Amino acid sequence: MIGMIERAPVELLGWFLGLLGSFGVPSWILAVVSAVIIIGTIIGVFLGLFALTSVMERKILARVQNRYGPNRVGFFRWRLCGLFQPVADGIKMITKEDIVPRTADKVVHFLAPVVMMIPALMVLAVIPYGRDMVPADLDAGILYFFAVGAGTEVAVFMAGWGSNNKYSVLGAMRAIAQMISYEIPLVIAAIVAAMIAGSLSPSAIVAAQGGFAFGFVPQWFVLTPWGFTACLVFYIAALAESNRSPFDLPEGESELVAGHLTEYSGFKYATFFMAEYVGMFAVCGMLVTLFLGGWQAPLPFLAVIPSWGWFLGKICFVAVTMVWVRATLPRLRIDHLLAFGWKFLLPMSFAAFFSAACWHYAGRGPAAWILSLAIVGIPYLILGKSFSNRFAVSRRTYQFSE
Amino acid sequence: MSNFPGSGIVKGLAVTARNFVGSYFEKDRLTTEQYPEERPVLPENSRSFPFLVYDGDDPESGMRCVSCKICEKECPPQCIFIIQDRDAGGKALKRPKVFDIDISVCMSCQICVEVCPFESIRMDQDYELSAFDRFAPLLLDKSRLLKPNSYYRRIHPTEAAETDARVESERKKKAATAAAKEAAKPAPATEGAS
Repeated sequence: MIGMIERAPVELLGWFLGLLGSFGVPSWILAVVSAVIIIGTIIGVFLGLFALTSVMERKILARVQNRYGPNRVGFFRWRLCGLFQPVADGIKMITKEDIVPRTADKVVHFLAPVVMMIPALMVLAVIPYGRDMVPADLDAGILYFFAVGAGTEVAVFMAGWGSNNKYSVLGAMRAIAQMISYEIPLVIAAIVAAMIAGSLSPSAIVAAQGGFAFGFVPQWFVLTPWGFTACLVFYIAALAESNRSPFDLPEGESELVAGHLTEYSGFKYATFFMAEYVGMFAVCGMLVTLFLGGWQAPLPFLAVIPSWGWFLGKICFVAVTMVWVRATLPRLRIDHLLAFGWKFLLPMSFAAFFSAACWHYAGRGPAAWILSLAIVGIPYLILGKSFSNRFAVSRRTYQFSE
Repeated sequence: MSNFPGSGIVKGLAVTARNFVGSYFEKDRLTTEQYPEERPVLPENSRSFPFLVYDGDDPESGMRCVSCKICEKECPPQCIFIIQDRDAGGKALKRPKVFDIDISVCMSCQICVEVCPFESIRMDQDYELSAFDRFAPLLLDKSRLLKPNSYYRRIHPTEAAETDARVESERKKKAATAAAKEAAKPAPATEGAS
């Protein structure tokens, strides 16, 4: 029974293809049909998640601010706690006028949302969603993920440049500065996990986190000193990569109207919005794969829940923490952002890197634990102290006023 | 521990988490009102636009307004328009034929209320006055302006009680003077007068 639910998606696809095959459908059509079904399922699930998150995010933010959040839109007279809000938003977005500035570069302006969406969807191909459920099990999946994911930066700059608007260009420049700065700690943090697992393949990394120490402690990378550090670095860099608060300066409305999105309206804006959220889910999925044990259950007896259920649950958990962070932290200033990226996150990612190497060569035992803890802990304390001293708030004196 | 790098962020996360969880368990935290279902309890002195008070059950016969036009003259934005009623013979009656207030012009200053000697015009609390047309729905006529004294007592209890007491005492005084006059005059004279 458990195995059946676990294998259900794969079995169902196999049964359907077998059925088609028995009608004499040629094998190359079967391959295309199989690909279309898999792609359709993934896009469907992630767009569904996007719709759900867009309303849950607003509700969580509202609850943090002691409000109710959207609770009106329902189905006829059933309000369903406002869960149909995304439908209303979607209808609104589609029916809105699509305005293109007269002086805009029309082709680039049109292509930017498309170029934004494509990498966001393409990176979903290498994430292991469950046991034996990787759409494209590449040997260098991690490399593919970051190589393709970097395409969004081009899209952001296309949007900013093509709009022919000063706010758009400023926003796009900020976005480029931010994304390139944070790409480095992001990739180095990912390398840490790949290094310990000894493979660039996401499914091999998940497999390396399987099993339980003492029979109940999961061997996820996040539960080691270097893994915890790398996970935090990856998380923070992922927030910056997906332009989420507190790193949402590229669209800081108090300074830049909406940054690179200033000149977008209607469905193009919706596409950007969607791409940002899908990209966020992709990077959450990569975080789960690299550090949170992928589709592995946290306790042996919890394996009754199918592996893809665990993966989905973990993605939702990470997404909720991102909303929580958004509800808590104010937006950074651009120089603070870059200083934080280059002077704190990058050294910390290197520390995690060395720590992981030492952990591996010290035999992965208790001694290795203490050593790796020291290697990440000491730089953290030193860098943290220097940062809190540099940005310490002192009493402001006004020399020339009064 | 408070000097440990990053502790500020953790504290901030704790605060938001406390607010998030608290909003589900402590109803007092929720500051917003679910408007069409929950209505605000307005302070007694809140006011929107004027209305006309009538006594008893029938708006026309119980109307306190005697069409003296003081409010019309005093109104700073000139939003009140009154035509006195006349009987078939052309004699002026002590009631308005037309009493309009253009609430798109009214500035809720309450001067009409202060000048009214007959306790007839008072401030309403109704704020749901949006309309699909700029003109006709915002020009309140007599039928929409007239509201019973019981309504006035409900929305402004203190002020209404004071007004009622004054109306009552004035009525008694009038009755007393009338009775005194009656007593002072010889009976046949009154008969002749009537």
